[in-house]
Amino acid sequence: MNGKALPYLLLMPATLFLCVFFLYPFVLVAFEAVTRDGAFTFDNFRTMAGSWKFPATVRNTLLLAAIVVPIQLAMALLMASIVSRLETGRSAALYIFAIPLGISDLAAGLIWLAIFDQSGFLNTLLSGLGIVDRPIMFLGYQSKLTIFIAVALAEIWRASAIMMVILVAGMGLIPKEYYEAAEVFGAGPWKRFVRITLPLLRPSLQTAIILRVILAFEVFAVVAALGGTNLPVLMGETYNWQFTLQDRNVAAASALLILAISIGFTLFFLRVLRVPKEARI
Amino acid sequence: MSAVAEAPVTAATADARKAGDWLLVATAILLSVWVLLPIYLLIVNALSSPDEVTSFPKRFFPSFDFGSLSFFINFAGVARALWNSVLVATLTMILSIGFGAPAGYALSRFDFPGKGAFRFLVLMTRAFPLPLLALPLAVMFIRTGLDDTAIGLALVHTTLALPFAVLITFSLFSGIPVELEEVAWTLGCTRWQAFRKVILPLALPGIAASAVFAFTISWNEVFAAAVLTIENRTLTAFLLQSLGESPLYLKFAGGAALVVPALIFIFAVRKYLFAMWGIANR
Repeated sequence: MNGKALPYLLLMPATLFLCVFFLYPFVLVAFEAVTRDGAFTFDNFRTMAGSWKFPATVRNTLLLAAIVVPIQLAMALLMASIVSRLETGRSAALYIFAIPLGISDLAAGLIWLAIFDQSGFLNTLLSGLGIVDRPIMFLGYQSKLTIFIAVALAEIWRASAIMMVILVAGMGLIPKEYYEAAEVFGAGPWKRFVRITLPLLRPSLQTAIILRVILAFEVFAVVAALGGTNLPVLMGETYNWQFTLQDRNVAAASALLILAISIGFTLFFLRVLRVPKEARI
Repeated sequence: MSAVAEAPVTAATADARKAGDWLLVATAILLSVWVLLPIYLLIVNALSSPDEVTSFPKRFFPSFDFGSLSFFINFAGVARALWNSVLVATLTMILSIGFGAPAGYALSRFDFPGKGAFRFLVLMTRAFPLPLLALPLAVMFIRTGLDDTAIGLALVHTTLALPFAVLITFSLFSGIPVELEEVAWTLGCTRWQAFRKVILPLALPGIAASAVFAFTISWNEVFAAAVLTIENRTLTAFLLQSLGESPLYLKFAGGAALVVPALIFIFAVRKYLFAMWGIANR
């Protein structure tokens, strides 16, 4: 076999697959979003934006990402620091911290439903402590704030693990000598963290943040399990347009909006957290 | 931290270090409780009778009554949904490794024009909300007869899992010295023989781990599964679509059915988590 053709042959299946099932549907969804009955139009976007739920949908999605991602980042940094410093029980801690990585968002929603439901464990705890005498309805349609808190907690619980694993891997790449040198010059743990770990961790931080922000805009099943339709988010509305309202074109427009927001934030974080070539390790 | 201290350690810093160690362990335990407690509470619910699940106040220990679980297993459609989930996830696993591993190998061993473009294509898929691709594909699948089939859904899930398969196998093969292959060549092996006899055995555990990971991605996916299946729902799609009307104990038993395999999957791939998420990102 010709050696020059071999890499292309090996890449061909994956490339063809991505063309058919990634690029092609992407073009289709873009096309469906800007047409109706074959004619070019922006009506689908107007219909989407004109829906009474739309402002709340966008606000909920962005607010959720804005609250959840920074907390996740802090938790992931804490977990990663602990894992890299532990001497005994390191792999046990790593496994436990990584468990949510394998748990779907739907399952995570159901897990937190067991806690926040009216007959759930939080109410049992509160009444056991004598704080409330009757179970509170945390997830009713009138308690948007507690639904929001429950969703945020479930998301923080579920998705810190992804960031943690990326950051642990990144910390493993930082040469030990830097820390030893800093220690000799009298830098405390906090100073070592801020002056060495954080700057050298920037590539991993960038990956972790971008991945998490994109996933945060896709929040869907956690909300469906905990809030039903009481806390509308973008992905859930897209699902509604497709199913409940049976309008493929508006669903496509909604999908494009999620895509645009995702790309916008990806470019933003690529720019803000860019790593100069000469600073890479 | 290094065990041998170069500078003379005073009693004060030794005390501070000991306190720091305690704080470290305490925080680790606290965070472990934060991760494990919610799962435990779901399992308690799943292992209680339906009456106990809806009653109040609750007990924090399971009564080991299998009423909820047996109701769940016997609930119409559950067995089929479970089977569909396994089937779709298995197909996804086969497809993503079958397409991804050769690409990962090519990226790790060859330099050729177009390599950058391919890497870009793979990385780009990570920046897109891929489950949304199910929307246009629903139409395409109806035309080709793939709608509501396991293979149709598996194709979409493969789009999700393939980039990871490529990146994981890329870092796996990159970790195996090319010299091993070269030695095999000089000893008379063809490229394929060298790969099969030398490289593959070394890479196999890692490939297995990334296969398990592809399985997990498909097992957990909700949106595309709900959009693309009607009769042949996966477990996630089934649970999502019955969220509104199903009783609480059905939801919790279903949640437990989703969680328990996930615990096993993560345990199976724990050694390779970094190859998947960390180094593969560079």
